[in-house]
Amino acid sequence: MDGVWVFIGADSVIFAILFLTFMQDRHADAAVFEASRQTLNADLGGLDTLILLTSSWLVALAVQAVKRDELNRAPRYLLGGVLTGLMFVASKSTEYGQKFAVGITPATDPFYMWYFTLTGIHLAHVLLGTGLLTFAWRRSRQRRFDSGNRAVLECVASFWHLVDLLWIVLFPLLYLMRMAS
Amino acid sequence: MTLLRERATWVWIGLMMATCVTTWGLSKDAFNPTVAVVGIFLIAALKVRFVILDFMELRHAPVPVRMAFEVWVVAVAVIILGFWFATIAPG
Repeated sequence: MDGVWVFIGADSVIFAILFLTFMQDRHADAAVFEASRQTLNADLGGLDTLILLTSSWLVALAVQAVKRDELNRAPRYLLGGVLTGLMFVASKSTEYGQKFAVGITPATDPFYMWYFTLTGIHLAHVLLGTGLLTFAWRRSRQRRFDSGNRAVLECVASFWHLVDLLWIVLFPLLYLMRMAS
Repeated sequence: MTLLRERATWVWIGLMMATCVTTWGLSKDAFNPTVAVVGIFLIAALKVRFVILDFMELRHAPVPVRMAFEVWVVAVAVIILGFWFATIAPG
């Protein structure tokens, strides 16, 4: 279990450095960042946040169910976690599609370079996390987790919560942080 | 109802409500930008803290582990808001 915390800690530090570098670039080019930010769909970003929070909650419930040896409940919660993970992927794919359709790419301007980089790295985390949740769901269906054997499930759950908390910062950073008038 | 007996459920309800406040409330032009941006990031920091303490279950973790993550939340909020204020500062 210690290994996963080292990974989560290192990943968190890397993202903190990325947030810092984003803010430095924004500081140098605030007007461009603001103009491009306004072209993002904040409603979709907010919906993505609600999806990931729900996903994280379902996975937390699965861990609680396993701790209490309520082994019928855990697979249902984990399946919910997988499906909400897929919903986030679908939502982000739609958003990328909308941007590409109007000719917006990472080369458009510095803001969009950051937008695609940060959301792309995060999306890679979501894909990995959804895969890990699918693995955990299959194992829980086979009753391979219980109160005395849940370290793998807790590692997967902790990674998934990391994915959630990174988005909680990324969403306002990219979509909501307007420039002072 | 079983779900309502779970602390995680109440935390989730709070996180969902906080998200609605920032996305469809504070971010709108009715609010002064400083109030909006500071409010949005303080709420985000609070949300991250609840995810760490209640979903990741670090509330009862050893103090050094818990502190490392708590410091991360504060550092990220300070970095973002510090640069935001630096960007609007004259000169």
